[in-house]
Amino acid sequence: MKTLRDLDYSVLQQCIHCGLCLPTCPTYVETKEERNSPRGRIALMRAIADAELEVTKAFGEEMYYCLGCLACTTACPAGVNYAELFETARADVEKAGVLASPKRDFVRWAALRVLFTRPRLLRFVGRALRLWQSSGLQTLAREAGLINLLPDNLRRLEPQTPAIRARFSHQLIRPVEKPAAPRHRVLVLTGCVQDLAFSDVNRATVDVLLANGCEVHTPPVQPCCGSLHAHNGDTDTARLLARRQLDLVNPADFDAIISNAGGCGSHLRAYGHLLHDDPAYAARAAEWSKKLRDIHEYLVEIGFRKPASTAAASTVTYHESCHLCHGQKVSAQPREILRSLPGVELRECAEAQWCCGSAGIYNFTQPDTSAWLQHRKIGHLAATGAQVVATANPGCHLQIQGGLANSGHASTEVVHPIVLLARAYAAEKTPA
Amino acid sequence: MDSLIASLTARLGAARVLTAREDILPYGFDGTATLKQLPACVVFPRDAADVSTVLKLAREHRAPVVTRGSGTGLSGGSVPLPGAIVLCLAKMDRILEVDSANLTLRAEAGAITQKIYDAADAVGLFYPPDPGSMKISTIGGNVAENSGGLRGLKYGVTRDYVIGMEVVLADGTICWLGNKCVKDVAGYNLRDLFIGSEGTLGVVTQVLLKLLPKPAARQTLLASFTTMDAAAETVSAIIAAKIIPCTLEFLDQKTLRCVDDFAKVGLPRDAAAILLVETDGHPAAVADEAAKIGELCRAHGATSVRLAATDAEAAQLATARRSAFSALARLRPTTILEDVTVPRSELASMIRAVEIIAQKHALTIATFGHFGDGNLHPTILTDERDAAEMHRVELALAEIFEETLKRGGTITGEHGVGLAKKPFLKRQLGDASYELLRLVKKSLDPEALLNPGKIFD
Repeated sequence: MKTLRDLDYSVLQQCIHCGLCLPTCPTYVETKEERNSPRGRIALMRAIADAELEVTKAFGEEMYYCLGCLACTTACPAGVNYAELFETARADVEKAGVLASPKRDFVRWAALRVLFTRPRLLRFVGRALRLWQSSGLQTLAREAGLINLLPDNLRRLEPQTPAIRARFSHQLIRPVEKPAAPRHRVLVLTGCVQDLAFSDVNRATVDVLLANGCEVHTPPVQPCCGSLHAHNGDTDTARLLARRQLDLVNPADFDAIISNAGGCGSHLRAYGHLLHDDPAYAARAAEWSKKLRDIHEYLVEIGFRKPASTAAASTVTYHESCHLCHGQKVSAQPREILRSLPGVELRECAEAQWCCGSAGIYNFTQPDTSAWLQHRKIGHLAATGAQVVATANPGCHLQIQGGLANSGHASTEVVHPIVLLARAYAAEKTPA
Repeated sequence: MDSLIASLTARLGAARVLTAREDILPYGFDGTATLKQLPACVVFPRDAADVSTVLKLAREHRAPVVTRGSGTGLSGGSVPLPGAIVLCLAKMDRILEVDSANLTLRAEAGAITQKIYDAADAVGLFYPPDPGSMKISTIGGNVAENSGGLRGLKYGVTRDYVIGMEVVLADGTICWLGNKCVKDVAGYNLRDLFIGSEGTLGVVTQVLLKLLPKPAARQTLLASFTTMDAAAETVSAIIAAKIIPCTLEFLDQKTLRCVDDFAKVGLPRDAAAILLVETDGHPAAVADEAAKIGELCRAHGATSVRLAATDAEAAQLATARRSAFSALARLRPTTILEDVTVPRSELASMIRAVEIIAQKHALTIATFGHFGDGNLHPTILTDERDAAEMHRVELALAEIFEETLKRGGTITGEHGVGLAKKPFLKRQLGDASYELLRLVKKSLDPEALLNPGKIFD
């Protein structure tokens, strides 16, 4: 895997340091210091490429202070590929070991190398967590103050632990489901957190695809997509997982490969680039990238059927997942779907394209900035007065749900747009 | 140097003085291509008193001071000097007062231009200067460079709106210049001395701005042409017809394609050039002007004239236009943006001259600009790592300046001289006025500590 020193220099040179990225960068807005801005970080990366700077601890900390939200890539007229620079820089930081500590190394090993490479183990842990949550042990531990024994950042996040579903995706979705007259053939990716905590979103995804003439294939056991790894400097594992995915699925067999989680989709689209120098997989990865679609994008592309009735009239506001709007440039389509729901009023919120502070595991690694962004986000969402917040990424979902609950807005429902569409289709069959 | 940093830290607090390599590397440049220099430290004052402290310490330690806002300048004005203190005002960014009775706004120097526009807009008022980087540029930087923008043709530039300022002099003295009065001839107009002084005479810490009532109506037109000449002649025809639109922007094919690749606003990609025209004012006058401008475009060979259907579409087109310079970086890694300005009757011939120079030196030059005020932005698309090509770039630049001066023009309309245009200033000004600049500098900054080596040596 390439380092900053041997990366194609033109990727770094693409930044002409005009500064148009600064006002859209949450960390620059927080500190107003150049080091915390996209062009400042690129300047540091370029200094490393030019051998003017070593990969230092301060550089490492800066790369992990960056949210990786990619808002800068939407603002950048020059088209700088910040995603590639950011992932390469984090990989350099890990290679140099400047942030290493026994605790950090253990957590990274357990998460990146063990848990999120073994889907069956992950489901097993999910089961255990579910047992903890549904048996009353969690409540007991909370009431007994045992949670206070956790380290600070974990204690703060504990209430945001995803509520694990009783049934995971493979128990809700058959490997192949066919509509009466199939017009398209698609594959649905079920994700990791989505599979455990939001398997209903996966079921809804299959339902709306069926309602729009798609024959849906959903392999019951799927590898993690590797986005967590690529975003956290473990490109080797990310490549390994991409190869596993391609061993499982031949993209040529499908019209489209569907992702319903913003963060995963953004990375899944990049398989072509990730494996472009792997002779055995390059062609298949390129085909994969060509077929990869976000669910909203695909529905609009095939001209989805507008539902005739909705489950209930409501006001909805839409929070854009960073990796859906900035990473995948899918912004209009989810709104088109929300507007198609009869009886639903879409109220735009301020800064809809700003990061909510979830940013993968950012709420764990940078709790203060994450909490500041969460607070800012909840303020804008609440100002719309909407009863429902729609968002299409599990990380955002949990962060916003947690933020709403902590600020007296627990009655506001957080839901994936596709779940609303699935409910509207279902309501057609059972008229009120 | 260590004792200077120790004193700065003692007076301002450690959090307001950056010295680590990772912290100061990103202050080694501004928005100008190819210029960079590491400073000794970066300091963030809270107010004029802090600025005064920094200037006094700088004087004591004989350290140069380079004032900076958001670092979006395009002539190297805020690029540091070796051993310099970068005095960054970006954290002094409050809007202090919007006075609807007197139509004024007072803000700290680090306030963002866009936020000033928005604060005025919120009470039905209008701050017209709109430099391309207004979303992040600071008002202090705008004053230091006397920035222009798209609306310069009808509304003028930053200078036309500054009616007062707080400025810290080289010896640390804090002065107020100006007031809220519409008329004021008490003493020399010293404000004008600091506007456009590029941080070489003092540090502006607060600005009092004049506002206008917000125009009741706006209309944007987009006209496509098959030749650049036809577009340039249309501009002359509009001015000759005694119409002064709010903006009258020109984009050549290379520029408009890059802009559309980024902004995806449906620009006519096959056109050789487009004009983006905005008229504003009373609704009846706007409708009348828009109709006349449309007719003039068609009469001079426009293949299509499109009217923006909504305010949102008009805003989208203006935002897209503001991205032109940065969008051009899609073609080559290094974009050298020039800022020459000629009398408007010379526009068509100046564009032809730029084309000939590009051919002669085998360079790619894209041209866009504020044609209504004669301000061109010929942009050389190159690669700083190609030494042979960079040599040809230097030759081409010298020739562009020569052709500009021959036509009675200026080497910079709105970006400032800074470092980038310093070698050409003397040629434009002639000896007497060039020496006058030095005389002013010597009297206000006798020890040459404020941004030394910028504008002239």
